[in-house]
Amino acid sequence: MENKKEQAVDNLKSESSPPTGIQVVLREFKKDKLAMFSFLGLIALMTAVLVLAYFFIDQAAVMKVNLLERYTEPGVRGYVLGADEAGRDMFGQLIIGAKNSILIAIVITLIANIVGIGLGILMGYYGGFIDNFFMRIIDFFITLPTLMIIIVVVTIIPKYGMTELILIIAAFQWMSTARLVRSKALSEGRRDYISASKTMGTSDFAIMFKGLLPNLSSLLIVEVTLSFAGNVGIETGLSFLGFGLPPSTPSLGTLVSYAMNPIILSSKWWIWLPASILILVLMLGINYVGQALRRSADAKQRLG
Amino acid sequence: MWKTVIRRVLIMIPQLFILSLLIFILAKQMPGDPFTGLITPETDPNRIEELRIKAGFYDPWYVQYYNWITNAAQGDFGQSYTHKKPVASLIGDRAMNTFALALLSVILVYLIAIPLGVIAGRYTDTLADKAIVLYSFISFAIPAFVLYLIFVYIFGYRIMWFPTSGTVDVGLDAGTWEYYWNKFYHLILPAVSYAILGTTGIIQYLRTEIIDAKTMDYVKTARSKGIPMKKVYSRHIFRNSLLPIAAFLGFTITGLLGGSIFIETVFGYPGMGKLFMDSILSRDYSVITALVMLYGFLALLGSLLSDIILSIVDPRIRID
Repeated sequence: MENKKEQAVDNLKSESSPPTGIQVVLREFKKDKLAMFSFLGLIALMTAVLVLAYFFIDQAAVMKVNLLERYTEPGVRGYVLGADEAGRDMFGQLIIGAKNSILIAIVITLIANIVGIGLGILMGYYGGFIDNFFMRIIDFFITLPTLMIIIVVVTIIPKYGMTELILIIAAFQWMSTARLVRSKALSEGRRDYISASKTMGTSDFAIMFKGLLPNLSSLLIVEVTLSFAGNVGIETGLSFLGFGLPPSTPSLGTLVSYAMNPIILSSKWWIWLPASILILVLMLGINYVGQALRRSADAKQRLG
Repeated sequence: MWKTVIRRVLIMIPQLFILSLLIFILAKQMPGDPFTGLITPETDPNRIEELRIKAGFYDPWYVQYYNWITNAAQGDFGQSYTHKKPVASLIGDRAMNTFALALLSVILVYLIAIPLGVIAGRYTDTLADKAIVLYSFISFAIPAFVLYLIFVYIFGYRIMWFPTSGTVDVGLDAGTWEYYWNKFYHLILPAVSYAILGTTGIIQYLRTEIIDAKTMDYVKTARSKGIPMKKVYSRHIFRNSLLPIAAFLGFTITGLLGGSIFIETVFGYPGMGKLFMDSILSRDYSVITALVMLYGFLALLGSLLSDIILSIVDPRIRID
């Protein structure tokens, strides 16, 4: 009898203790089959692209001009996805382009989020002058026509390659993250546990990055995922317009931009359609994962 | 409320000043100068030098900036050397095209988004709701240029319902009914594709707003008084949820302007976005600086407009 009661209390305890972060995320993904599928699909796709690009495809061989094979149709003479205007294998270009686009987006996301999160926490925690100073800068730049300014900057830079492109885009992408993190850090910084840490003499740095940061982590994971999708969009968009990677290094955007030629758009679908579909699939997948993460970060929206 | 508006307008002045300085510095960094394009084997290099000196190319930068900004404030952005005419009149022509496209798109955005958002919110978890949520999700995730290309491919080249570039067919007399109809006909496909991308925010906002409203006390009160559900929707819920939608107008305009580069490039539509791309490629600086200034100004105006509308329709947001 006594024993049973204890057991009941034990059960009650385990039920009432809230599930921790990773469990909530797992539960959310289990409930949402599409998000689960997107997540696994994305991992598989990105691994396949990277493995193929680094171990099976020789960039120099793919980019070699071969006019005899001009506009070869898919499936002919071993060209899985046909060849372009200069007789270059489209499948190889697709994989190399996808690799470049994915890696660039990852690096931009890392740089922009490290700067954005770091600054956002500083602003939210200290407030006052630092906060005001950076908020004015952010307010100003966030309303500007960023795309146009990036294009102008790109045309000015004399030596221009992947590193420069990454830095230019990242320079305009940290602001929204910083603003979001700041507002969360502001409200979180007023909680008792932060005041308690302060009275215990913990250093500001430790409070910010060991106390505050972990408590914002669920929000930050969502932010990082969705900004990754945004950065894929910006890089491919710029490359599409002709201001991304130089023509010798394909990106998914450059492949799609071949469609600006009406002949290619209307009758050579294998040159632009696979890259368009790959961009679409990437964006949908990342956004689905981001939505599921957002639901697990916000108790009100959870499915399970 | 007026205090807020005036304060926001006053903040715009230093913002525009910093923007103009930034653009001026960027433009000065560009390789070459407006006269490089005039150089041909026959021209006398001294003549070009003379032109440069006359145009103030060797003045200190602050003198050049002062001259540029005072002229710009009076609407004089200089001469476009590729088009051989004043920048202001060049942009004026193109602006009409962009505004026609933006206007039709804004109308379509609201025409598509409001019914869909209301249906999704009212009949939650039905098949219709799920389809609408899926639509708004895809339109949010798809990159603009991919959607545009697929639309041009399908409607322009496969089933050939719409023209694939330009604003009007050649051989039509300006001013006739046919001419305007043809212009409108050229607008439909870009405007629809443009609008599809702009609906997401409004649909999602309306949907959550209506779902929230269902549980509100004022709706319960109305229901308990015996008012039929249909009337509760038309009289109470719609009115409360629809008003803030007006505030999306500012964001929609800003979004449309930013997107005009992609849509006009893909559809070969001669508006301001395409003018910007062409000017970048031909290094026509006076046009580039004027366009970035204009876009920056319109973006600031758009966000101001949104804030004003929001503070009018939603008293909770009023700041002062």
